[in-house]
Amino acid sequence: MLSNFFVHINETTIHMIQMGILETLYMTLGSTLIAYIIGLPVGVVLVITDKNGFYPIRWLNGVLNVVVNILRSIPFLILLFAIIPFTRLVAGTSIGSTATLVPLVVSAAPFVARVVEQSIKEVDGGVIEAAQSMGASPMTIICKVLLPEARPSLLVGSAIAVTTILGYSAMAGVAGGGGLGDIATRFGFIRYQKDIMLITVALLVIIVQILQGIGMYIAKIGDKRTIG
Amino acid sequence: MDNNAIIQIKNLTKIYKSRSSEVKALDGIDLTIHRGDIFGIIGMSGAGKSTLVRCMNLLERPTSGEVLFNGIDLSSLNDRNLRLARQEIGMIFQQFNLLMQRTVEKNILFPMEIAGIDHVTAKKRVDELLDIVDLADKKHAYPAQLSGGQKQRVAIARALATNPKVLLCDEATSALDPKTTRSILSLLKDINHRLRITIVIITHEMSVIEEICSHVAIIDQSKIAEVGKVEDIFSHPKTLSAQRLVHPINQSIDFGLEKKGKHFRIVFDGNSSFEPVIGTMVLACKSPVNIMFADTKNIDGKAFGQMIIQLPEDETIANKMIQFLSTQNVSVEEVYNFAE
Repeated sequence: MLSNFFVHINETTIHMIQMGILETLYMTLGSTLIAYIIGLPVGVVLVITDKNGFYPIRWLNGVLNVVVNILRSIPFLILLFAIIPFTRLVAGTSIGSTATLVPLVVSAAPFVARVVEQSIKEVDGGVIEAAQSMGASPMTIICKVLLPEARPSLLVGSAIAVTTILGYSAMAGVAGGGGLGDIATRFGFIRYQKDIMLITVALLVIIVQILQGIGMYIAKIGDKRTIG
Repeated sequence: MDNNAIIQIKNLTKIYKSRSSEVKALDGIDLTIHRGDIFGIIGMSGAGKSTLVRCMNLLERPTSGEVLFNGIDLSSLNDRNLRLARQEIGMIFQQFNLLMQRTVEKNILFPMEIAGIDHVTAKKRVDELLDIVDLADKKHAYPAQLSGGQKQRVAIARALATNPKVLLCDEATSALDPKTTRSILSLLKDINHRLRITIVIITHEMSVIEEICSHVAIIDQSKIAEVGKVEDIFSHPKTLSAQRLVHPINQSIDFGLEKKGKHFRIVFDGNSSFEPVIGTMVLACKSPVNIMFADTKNIDGKAFGQMIIQLPEDETIANKMIQFLSTQNVSVEEVYNFAE
């Protein structure tokens, strides 16, 4: 009975799905990494240059907020198509998983900036004041107070970011982006291969669970506020 | 310039501006704190005392006026030199403000990392400091595992790490229970004696001033109301705000309800307390008085007592008693209803 359902499962499709998993992980983790390289500093700058931050710079804060808000308000699916010329410029092509990194990063970086901003904002202002009273420079406060004190929250944020980005990467399948989303679109949706659809969905759920679980676990064991 | 002054504040004003209004948090403050003092600054909440202490290390920039630390105007320093000056001014806080993700040891290392002290020297210094604050066994604990008093001890050790000349304490005992408060205060006193560090204490509790301060400034409505040695202000508070803090009883007893006779406060110190002033007066004037309130305080090892008495309605006898009291070695003043 099961073999009647899984009619399209053979060596070729299994290999394709295996490649899909790798591509999905590549796109997700790759774009998350690049998004953090951009979004982490932006998130920190958003907090410290705020008028209530410890290094207020009004214009910079205003500009960053506007840019982040604009990029955040474009739905990923539309952004994906809208920036195809830019994607071609950067990646040389608009198809395949490497090309998909471009719209993923453009969409994820501002999202990451907001997640980081929230985490950094949770750091107690009194601790920052204490560091200032010791003569800490702004850079020292960022590297030795803000980031380490916000670490558990930043890790929880990164678990949320990575699963959101995984969702985006699957969406990119519509535009020939590669990965499990691409397989689900081409085989599961267009060709009505329900078994392929089921497997890709199940795999996506499992990958999300694993990534989420790892992030939460690291955040929890690393948090020294809840011990004792 | 006063050579023995460590902190001098000259005509300091701090104004907070918002779109709709201006709030004067500090108004024309002049204050001199000498080396070795334990200087208390007391006031009701909102009086501006926390702002004042933050002006001493420029965590708050004064709107006008000067803050001299060791003779140098702090606001004339560039960022780098200000940070170096701050390493000579330790600070502790009501909420301790420890780094929650660092152990006790690493918290104390933090100011030394900022000051660029080499790791080996710094680690040795941590052990010395932990001995001073009596927490050697908690070296590897995290702040979340400590009690409030222990956290404040870590904060004190951290503030002392770079050998500051001054320790600023912003309501450092307000979050602690009375017993822990006393142990922290005696630690501060000990640090003052042993390490000769000037201590500035911001508080709203008169008992803190009584317990350890040598000098006190009373701040009321953004201004210094009175400043001087603690024993002088306790025995002869001149201004209304000082009297209200020294004799808080005025607020709890409503003398206005009993208009039968005049009320007088008698304040005596250790030398005069052996004389039976009231007894002698009653015998001399042949009329009883009503004792409304009596209290003694131990200030810096000397006994201070105060008593509020109600004189008889008969004005001749009352005047006679006032006459009598003024010849005694006690300070006497009439008490009205201060309840406002």
